[in-house]
Order: sequence, then structure tokens, then C-alpha cells
Amino acid sequence: MVRLTREPIDFHALTESVRDPHCGAVALFLGTVRDLTGEQVTVFLDYDAYGPMAEKKLAEIEAQVRARWPVAHMAMIHRLGRLAVGDVSVAVAVSTTHRAEAFDALRFAVDTLKELVPIWKKENAPDGTGEWVHQSGRKVEGGMRNQEQAGSQQ
Amino acid sequence: MLIRVLLFAAARDHAGADSVSVELPAGATVAALHTELSRQLPALTPLLARSAIAVNHDFAEDSLVLSPGDEVAIIPPVSGG
Repeated sequence: MVRLTREPIDFHALTESVRDPHCGAVALFLGTVRDLTGEQVTVFLDYDAYGPMAEKKLAEIEAQVRARWPVAHMAMIHRLGRLAVGDVSVAVAVSTTHRAEAFDALRFAVDTLKELVPIWKKENAPDGTGEWVHQSGRKVEGGMRNQEQAGSQQ
Repeated sequence: MLIRVLLFAAARDHAGADSVSVELPAGATVAALHTELSRQLPALTPLLARSAIAVNHDFAEDSLVLSPGDEVAIIPPVSGG
């Protein structure tokens, strides 16, 4: 199951949705909104997505995971819109017979999601400025209200 | 042929619109679209250089030939999660 949502993610329900009597392991990953990027304070994030393509890529990731690991159930959900510090932006859950496959499948799914799925976050600072994050922690050059800070970390 | 290109995140902010229309000769490739977009939207050029093009919801190679009716989008480096 893959989904985009603008509502808060019910990660308890998501976890329950992958539980199975044949599975001895359930692994859950939550991505949550962090308040600091280096020294830059974030007060909220805006998430944007190319919806149809994002859902297609999420479904392809689920198919890749199922081809590589014996996953019984899998659920991936990403939230869009405005999120406050501490909110859950993404949740991925998998269930497997044994724990090793659950950890490996979960890590692959989350890493691939962050690499390939057309979703973007904008970090909004206390002074009202905001910047789209467009490359592993680096900001887009020029054109934005804030200029790029050399060496800033995501 | 007229190709409508969808814009997201910083690309949309730069262009001030959520899509842009580009006129291309029949048989034009993704590479030709890239060039024409840079010409039409110079402010977008630095971001375009780091962006992929998606055609019909898949990442497209530069050599892919575009067809009328294709759904085309600029995909800046993603930052979901």
C-alpha cells in the first residue's frame, strides 16, 4: 500500500495494517520534522509533490522491495502540505517472518524514497523566509529570498 | 507541437506559474526541450542544469523523442522524507 496524504499520519494504524500471524517481525520508520538544520532554525516545512508520479514511484519501490525480500505486507505513506516541528512526514512499515529482512527491506525502501520520489520540502525560518531543499541539504542557487549558505547541512 | 511542462517547488517559484508551454518541432527530444526551457526561462537555468525531466511519470533520457500529449514535468533534485 502506498499513499500521499494531507492529513496527519496515523502510524499506529499503519503499523497494525502490516501485522500478520505468519510474521515474527514488524519494522516501522518514521520521518519527523526537525527544528535545526546546522544552525538554521526551522519553524515549519511545506511539502510539495508531483502526485501521480510520486505515487507511481512509491508503487515501484514496493515492487522492488517485494522482488528482493520476502515481505508479507508493506505500507508507505508521505504527508504533504504544511508540517510543524515534530510532525510525522513519512511512515514506512514492513512485516516479515524474521527481523533481518524487515530491517534491510525498510532501509532500502526509505533510502530509495528519498532518492527517487518527486516530493520536495521547503524549510521555513522564524524570520518568514523559506527555501526549497533541492540537493541533499544544499539550497537552490539564486532566485530565492535567502541566499545559499555555503556548507549548510540538511 | 506545443508541450506543456509542469513545474514544482523552486521551479514553480522561479517561473511564477505551475506550468509553462514550449513550442517544439515535431520529433524534438528531451534534450531540445531542456535547451528551449533555458532560453525561455533564463532564471530557471541553474536549477534546470540540476533537474531531471519526467515524461508520462517516468524519468526521461535526453534522447527520448517527445510526442504531442505527453505529460512532461521538470523534476528538481528531490527532498522528500
